[in-house]
Amino acid sequence: MSSGKAWVFGENVDTDQLAPGAFMKSSLEELSRHCLESLRPEFASQVGPGDFVVAGKNFGMGSSREQAAQALVHLKVAAVIAPSFAGIFQRNAFNLGLLVLECPQAHQLHEGDTLAVDARKGEIFNQKTGERLRCAAVPEFLMEMLENGGLVPHLERKLRERKR
Amino acid sequence: MQIHSMPQTLAEKILSRAARKASVHPGEIVTCQVDLAMIHDSGGPRRVGPILRRLGVPVWDPERVVVITDHYVPTFDADSEQILALTREWVRAQGISRFHDQQGICHVVLPEQGHLQPGTLVVGGDSHSPTGGAFGCYMFGVGATEMAGVLATGEIWIRVPETIRLEWRGAFAPGVVAKDVMLFLCGKLGMDGGRYQAVEYAGEAIGAFSMQERMTLSNMTAELGGQAGLVAPDEQTAAWLRERGADPGDWSKWQSDPDAAVAEHHVFDASQLTPQVAAPHSPANSAAVEKFASVVPDVLYLGACTGAKLEDLRAAARLLQNRKIRTGLEFWVAPASVKDREQAKQEGTLSLLEEAGAKLLPSACGLCAGYGPQRLGPGQVCLSSTARNFKGRMGDPSAQVYLASPLTLAATALAGRIADPREFLKDVA
Ligand code: SF4
Repeated sequence: MSSGKAWVFGENVDTDQLAPGAFMKSSLEELSRHCLESLRPEFASQVGPGDFVVAGKNFGMGSSREQAAQALVHLKVAAVIAPSFAGIFQRNAFNLGLLVLECPQAHQLHEGDTLAVDARKGEIFNQKTGERLRCAAVPEFLMEMLENGGLVPHLERKLRERKR
Repeated sequence: MQIHSMPQTLAEKILSRAARKASVHPGEIVTCQVDLAMIHDSGGPRRVGPILRRLGVPVWDPERVVVITDHYVPTFDADSEQILALTREWVRAQGISRFHDQQGICHVVLPEQGHLQPGTLVVGGDSHSPTGGAFGCYMFGVGATEMAGVLATGEIWIRVPETIRLEWRGAFAPGVVAKDVMLFLCGKLGMDGGRYQAVEYAGEAIGAFSMQERMTLSNMTAELGGQAGLVAPDEQTAAWLRERGADPGDWSKWQSDPDAAVAEHHVFDASQLTPQVAAPHSPANSAAVEKFASVVPDVLYLGACTGAKLEDLRAAARLLQNRKIRTGLEFWVAPASVKDREQAKQEGTLSLLEEAGAKLLPSACGLCAGYGPQRLGPGQVCLSSTARNFKGRMGDPSAQVYLASPLTLAATALAGRIADPREFLKDVA
């Protein structure tokens, strides 16, 4: 289980903050540089591979633009941890290979905490405090899709199997 | 012995059929057959095309796909031109005949072109896809990758939702419209109040709403956080669809059973609702219009799938006829579809708006999406008939966007500050 640092955000982080409309025509790389900049301008340039985004309820609300999740995948965020997610964002995240974890106690995590997660078990381990938090275990078929790298590689595999 | 089948909600009935099962239960994950898929120029061909190519499959059924251009319309630079060219080319290559190019905003064009039938499962590549729920369709929005999966297989997984029934008893007062209902509900229940479940609007006040007003309810179910926003079909639904060449099918069976179990049932007295306004930067920041009497907007935007349909234009024109908007105010009107625009022109609604001082914009997403060149400037204050006022969406992050109904926009145009439409309705016949 690899670990990463927590970046903490508030409630109702929306898709316009994750993927600003003005950069929707730009490349994913360019768009990702502006991910969450209206909330924390330093985020995109300083977030490290394997870090965690920790937020308040209803993360990812707003539009269906999946660049909102894609930008976080591009920045190599390991998972988003929040008490609840907007439905479309949650689906998009799994489809693009981004783990999202529903954790009612997400507010007990703090900026800079070092975290590790076990999505199948539904557990978040805070290495800084030694605490273990419960989160909703991710259903097996979604874990499979995640491990295949998201919906597209997952479908590629399934379509190949069907042809056989 | 008589056999009683389990009572079911409208959402459960539609999903049972789509999953080819006798019944489904909240929480159960089912694989459903999709009856219709709708995509637009932004999240559509340019995103799903490459994925289908990678998968090596065409769309599963070109007859079941509707494509509409509205986000990068009209084109404003080389990129947007290329996006539309790519869209047209893809539609041709896939043999899709239900293509509506620059005919207006997808959620308004889809039903007006007769593509919806009550009881069907429809997936849209846009977050305001719940709009189709106004016609008794289980319709919801997905991102482009998931849409590519739908287009490749004709299937989608759904966690069967609980039903949240929002019942409005009695009658709304004059000057109170569907937009006020939704701003009120966003404030009351919050933007996650819908919990990604099925919201069902019911009660005689909802039944009294026209189809376009019901569309506004279903549309803003997105802001309420529901997956779908349903209104059970009735005679009005069937007649409206027939007029547009659609087959309403066996519409009368698509109703919740009276004894079906719902997770939440909220009852409201329609007569108590007053016009609502939502302050920056959330539709949930709503309160009664009088709280905002000191707000002086620079721009009024009557636009979007939410707030510039024919009836929205008519409502605004009714207040503005033979009057002038305050000098110094910009009043931009972007009719939601070309069809509605033409009807509004023919019947004189548009000229009433123009004579009052409104400026007409193309029938497209425009300022609402914030994708184009027309955006709000730093510090500009806007009162808008759109669905969401997130920071930076319609322009500069320092712009202040308030949301209200088309009627409240018209009253504000006359008063030069946010105003209660009921004050002005007294004077119109
Ligand atoms: S008008 Fe606005 S809310 Fe409607 S589809 Fe276009 S961008 Fe979305």
